[in-house]
Amino acid sequence: MFEEILIKNIKVPESHRIVSYLRNGGYTALPEALKHSGETIIQMVKDSGLRGRGGAGFPTGLKWSFIPKDPTLQKYLCCNADEGEPGTFKDREIIEKDPHLLLEGMTIASYAIGASKAYIYIRGEFEFGAGRLEGAIQEAYDKGFLGKKILGSGFDLDIYVHRGYGAYICGEETALLESIEGYRGQPRIKPPFPALKGLYKKPTVINNVETLSCVPAIISKGPGWFSKIGPEKSPGPKLFCISGHVNRPGVYELPMGTPLRDIIYDHAGGIRGGRKVKAVIPGGVSAPMLTVKDIDIAMDFDSLAAKGSMLGSGAVVVMDDTTCIVKIAYIVNKFFSHESCGKCTPCREGTTWLTKVLKRLEYGEGREGDLELLDSLCGNIFGRTFCPLGDGAVMALRGAMKNFRDEFEYHAKNKTCMV
Amino acid sequence: MAVMLKDTTLEKIRRAMKCYPDKRSACMSALRIAQLDDPENRLTEQAFRHIADLLDMTPVSLHEMAKFYTMYNLEPVGKYHIQVCANISCSLLGAEHIIRHIERILNIKVGETTQDNKFTLSTVECLGSCGTAPMMQINQEYYEDLTEDKVGSILDSLE
Ligand SMILES: Cc1cc2nc3c(=O)[nH]c(=O)nc-3n(C[C@H](O)[C@H](O)[C@H](O)COP(=O)(O)O)c2cc1C
Ligand code: SF4
Ligand code: FES
Repeated sequence: MFEEILIKNIKVPESHRIVSYLRNGGYTALPEALKHSGETIIQMVKDSGLRGRGGAGFPTGLKWSFIPKDPTLQKYLCCNADEGEPGTFKDREIIEKDPHLLLEGMTIASYAIGASKAYIYIRGEFEFGAGRLEGAIQEAYDKGFLGKKILGSGFDLDIYVHRGYGAYICGEETALLESIEGYRGQPRIKPPFPALKGLYKKPTVINNVETLSCVPAIISKGPGWFSKIGPEKSPGPKLFCISGHVNRPGVYELPMGTPLRDIIYDHAGGIRGGRKVKAVIPGGVSAPMLTVKDIDIAMDFDSLAAKGSMLGSGAVVVMDDTTCIVKIAYIVNKFFSHESCGKCTPCREGTTWLTKVLKRLEYGEGREGDLELLDSLCGNIFGRTFCPLGDGAVMALRGAMKNFRDEFEYHAKNKTCMV
Repeated sequence: MAVMLKDTTLEKIRRAMKCYPDKRSACMSALRIAQLDDPENRLTEQAFRHIADLLDMTPVSLHEMAKFYTMYNLEPVGKYHIQVCANISCSLLGAEHIIRHIERILNIKVGETTQDNKFTLSTVECLGSCGTAPMMQINQEYYEDLTEDKVGSILDSLE
């Protein structure tokens, strides 16, 4: 029987308060972790097989191990709570309803890498969530879980909340660092990687909310417990956020590798009005869409990559057979164009042009050759941009055009929609 | 300096400055605080100048920040800023009908403010609330699982 660890606490009243968290066994992993060396904790996280839940699936323990061991260096942990990928609303669940789970995970992570300062970068619209975090941080200080000499150890940690203010690109880790430092959120060139030169040029780890929230259970239940859930190469529990044309949209905690069909039909209650699935975006709008043919796919990093898509943030957007794919492609591309930070030309200009062409296709003003124009624009963007946003835009559009080319052709030829 | 930020605003900004090892890092907080305390919910030239002074920055670099981050307002907005999500999950569940409906009720188009300065209507990208689509944000508050009827009564309830 699968045991929830990420959203198990949120069903109780006042779940965000420290008393509720303590009553549910919270803050027992932290004292346990403090008994070990930082290196042992990093090894445990490596052994658990945990991979980053922010999108890229990078092994978390390995990321932590890149931080230099020099104790005289200031180090930072940054929690990525920017949650901007359309379709994604999982981190918000933890932030608002179980903030102490995140704080405990952050404290253990900071201890492991030797960071005495940590920031939570939260998107500006999450005013309510930011308030919850600030309240929880205060409670944690009051109880000695944060501050100087935590629980009588030699370990000090301060956690601060930094609010974004409307820029999707700040979810990209180096743009996030720029933003904390008080600059426009434009990605930095890598290398140097943040592990060596991150926030204020100091060694920094950036992890997603859900990633950090997995850490307490890895400590208290053991890495072996964690690594046995789901597929060997991408194990653990995973939050899936399901939205679109399903009967029960929401956040579901399920083993990594759960088949897409089960997520849609067993958990999310199937399609509204008993209609049929047409397309599914499996991991936020940057992830190329799948069709109903792929519905039995296992939802984990490697299975989706093998299909040319990705697990991304675990945001599953379900579209039924009334959906116009050209319109969806237009909405998604408009988003990328709006959120392009403007630093590099292929992305800035390229996404503007893509949106222009998609708009005229959608509004019945398409021209002959528009599909070829889209193809060639994609070719001029892909692989030529500074950060993955530009590539993401192209991959999303190519996914739609590969699977539903006939719909794009129909729009171009007949100036109207086939659905 | 002619018009100053209020003492209470300054106090909040000074508290934000304690979170960072340098002054500049507090600029996003400072701009946010100044905007929230502004009667027209926007950043004024005076605010830019005053904050620049506090943080050893130039007003121009603060302006650049405010232009980059879309939640900063350089123009006045109405007492209630209605922001409807028009991204994928909301659109699949009828965001456009919601937007059209609000336009009809308020007799303005997206991007406009009502004559009495009470409402400004905008569309925005995904607000991380896609499981309760369609949705909108009014000032700091989220309103979810919207229907046309629900929107009507929400707008009615705002003084
Ligand atoms: C354009 C762009 C937007 C991103 N947005 C987010 C985000 O909102 N939240 C997030 O956790 N990661 C986001 N990421 C991924 C981060 O750059 C980074 O990989 C992640 O925070 C690392 O944490 P993890 O290893 O725990 O996944 C984004 C990446 C890109 C390129
Ligand atoms: S790819 Fe786009 S978002 Fe990324 S740096 Fe270039 S312009 Fe900015
Ligand atoms: S798509 Fe509307 S809140 Fe995410």
